[in-house]
Amino acid sequence: MKKTITTTAALAALLVGGTALVPASASAQEIRFMCSSDGNECDSIEGILAGFEAANPGVDVIVDVVPYQAILENLPIQLAAGSGPDIAKVTDLGGLHEFYLDLSPYVDRDYWEESFGGTLDWYRGGPDDDGIYGMHSQLTITGAYINRTLFDQAGVEVPGPEATWDEWAEASRAVAEATGTAFPMAMDRSGHRIAGPAISYGASLFNADGEPILVDDGFTAYVQQFVDWHEDGTMARDVWAGQGGASYQDAGQEFLNGDLVYYYSGSWQVGRFDEQIGDFFDWQVVGSPCGTGGCTGMPGGAGVVGFNDTEHPEIVAAIIDYMAQQENYARLTAETRNIPAHAAVASSGVEYQDASGPAAAALNAWAAQVPSISPVAFQYQGYAGNRAMFNITVQRVTQAIVGELSVEEAMERAKTDLAEVMAETTQ
Amino acid sequence: MLQIISPMMRIIEIPMQYAQRKFGIQRLAWIFLLPNLILFGLFAFLPVILNFVYALTGGDNVLLNARPFVGGANFDTLTACASYFDPNSCERDFFWRAIHNTILFVTLQVGFMVGFSLLTALILNRDIRARGFFRSVFFFPVLLSPVVVALIWKWILQRNGVLNAGLDAMGLETHVWLLDRTWAFAWSVFLTVWAHMGFYTLILLAGLQAIPRDVYEAALMDRASPWRAFTKITMPLLAPTMLVVLVLALIRSVQTFDEIFAFTGGGPGSATTFIIQYIYQTGFAGAPRLFGLASAASIMLAFVLVVLTGIQLWINRRNVDG
Repeated sequence: MKKTITTTAALAALLVGGTALVPASASAQEIRFMCSSDGNECDSIEGILAGFEAANPGVDVIVDVVPYQAILENLPIQLAAGSGPDIAKVTDLGGLHEFYLDLSPYVDRDYWEESFGGTLDWYRGGPDDDGIYGMHSQLTITGAYINRTLFDQAGVEVPGPEATWDEWAEASRAVAEATGTAFPMAMDRSGHRIAGPAISYGASLFNADGEPILVDDGFTAYVQQFVDWHEDGTMARDVWAGQGGASYQDAGQEFLNGDLVYYYSGSWQVGRFDEQIGDFFDWQVVGSPCGTGGCTGMPGGAGVVGFNDTEHPEIVAAIIDYMAQQENYARLTAETRNIPAHAAVASSGVEYQDASGPAAAALNAWAAQVPSISPVAFQYQGYAGNRAMFNITVQRVTQAIVGELSVEEAMERAKTDLAEVMAETTQ
Repeated sequence: MLQIISPMMRIIEIPMQYAQRKFGIQRLAWIFLLPNLILFGLFAFLPVILNFVYALTGGDNVLLNARPFVGGANFDTLTACASYFDPNSCERDFFWRAIHNTILFVTLQVGFMVGFSLLTALILNRDIRARGFFRSVFFFPVLLSPVVVALIWKWILQRNGVLNAGLDAMGLETHVWLLDRTWAFAWSVFLTVWAHMGFYTLILLAGLQAIPRDVYEAALMDRASPWRAFTKITMPLLAPTMLVVLVLALIRSVQTFDEIFAFTGGGPGSATTFIIQYIYQTGFAGAPRLFGLASAASIMLAFVLVVLTGIQLWINRRNVDG
């Protein structure tokens, strides 16, 4: 690989040497990396890639840091129009599959299969596809945080690891009432976030043939409970009812302000909470509450992929492969305080840089949640059309919360929406 | 100066004479218009044509060659309703919710906009103290970016916002304004009126100042009451300006998007989702991106706007013709 790059660079240098008017910088093979960050991930990637550039003179990797919204909304259109970057950090893992560069001809398949195992499927086109498309850089798990200080002040016992949603709701209400806290519970406005609790309530999301159904009795049961909690004030109404469309909204600020007892979000908030809460109050990861279908959160996260329109597929593959090497991956995980998706990095443990006691405890607590993730949750995360299902969920559940539709009507609409989406995407 | 221009003219003269001989004087005009026509065609006509092509094709692919021809299916989907008065009975209920919201919004917003603009213009046309200052104050919001307008009012109206703090200080009951569908809609109307009223006030003020003073002096000599002077002199003479304001406000109101999108995001639920936001969400922010459906909706909207623009042109022509 290195030889190929060196040869290409040498050829480019020769061409430049023969063309006096072409500036020296034109010899560099420019690779554009579109990156969005909810922490320091892009900075960390840039640091790691400096090592790649040093080892591969002539390759210039430019990390374009963009808002997350640009990755969600602009990148797919750029890719469809053939004007996308060479590499990007994406979260719609299966949804952009058609644009991915298959890295398998350029990388050590055994190493990748051994290191990233199941997460490779999230980037694939289906069960018959054995290509290698993406390095899962940020494994996330959805679940809950509590404001431990409020529990202590209220003298309410923190429910145990097997506690149900009802028990958590009851405890949170008791704490909010005793301490005068504005909101007992809140959940991010996201179809991904509500999926874990719905699976815990027995939602199967797919039929026996693996086709998406979204709505079933388990799903409806959780949505009904969720809507009821909004009506009785258990859930912070501002998060879901305060927005239109399928826009994302989190409740992180309310938690940071100490206005929230129980916050259902995910592992990616650890860095933010560690940095901004400090010793303002004690916080704790409590994972996902239980229901008849288990105690599951949703896996997810972001990954680094190359695109098949790139003019430099070998270099793109080499860059991603470089990031996937154990020492580089461990560095990325430590610097960004994420849960590793790399088997060897996970098993050897990560020394999180500058992480405080609570942050280290939180990261370990999240890592301990991985075994309890339901297979349905993995299937949902790996399904290429999951973003459409997330959007349908957010829009229809919000309508039920604000009273535009009853829960039954909202669920019927969700079924119809899904059928329409399936019809459109198969055209 | 002439010494510089003359040689330049001679340089141009040769190809111009050739072009005139070759194409004739009538066709020469097209040669001059060509650069502009190319630009206009590229950035105005081509997108319109593409919009029609997308509206007649289906699927979620942005590339035209990968989109199957579906004829009028997108229009059929949008208009499939058991009752147009009940969005829940429609195949695309969000589209009809957006239509209903837009109709109600336009009716209220344009009514308040024209009414308040007229009232403000009448007051600012009087010989009041600090008139120049007040004229600037009413025009100031027009200069603000729509997103700034939305954020200012969001901060005022949020749970711990300025309005609730004021109500609380006065011992009155607070309210989470933007979580209530009716209040969110009402504040959306208020916000857009506040933001754009200054522009229409300025037009009406110009209209008022164009009314000759001697007509009022004659009415005064005839002992006409102020109300009679207003209804029999001001309103009839201001009517052409009022019509222009009405049509401009109407078109702008139908196109409302940015302020409300930043203000409420279209929520709660779909309470403040208007037609442009529906098109944006369907074509660009949704998953999958239904370009065909969004294009069909935008063509339907364009038809309404063309009708409104036609009315404006007709009014202008009638005014010019006297």
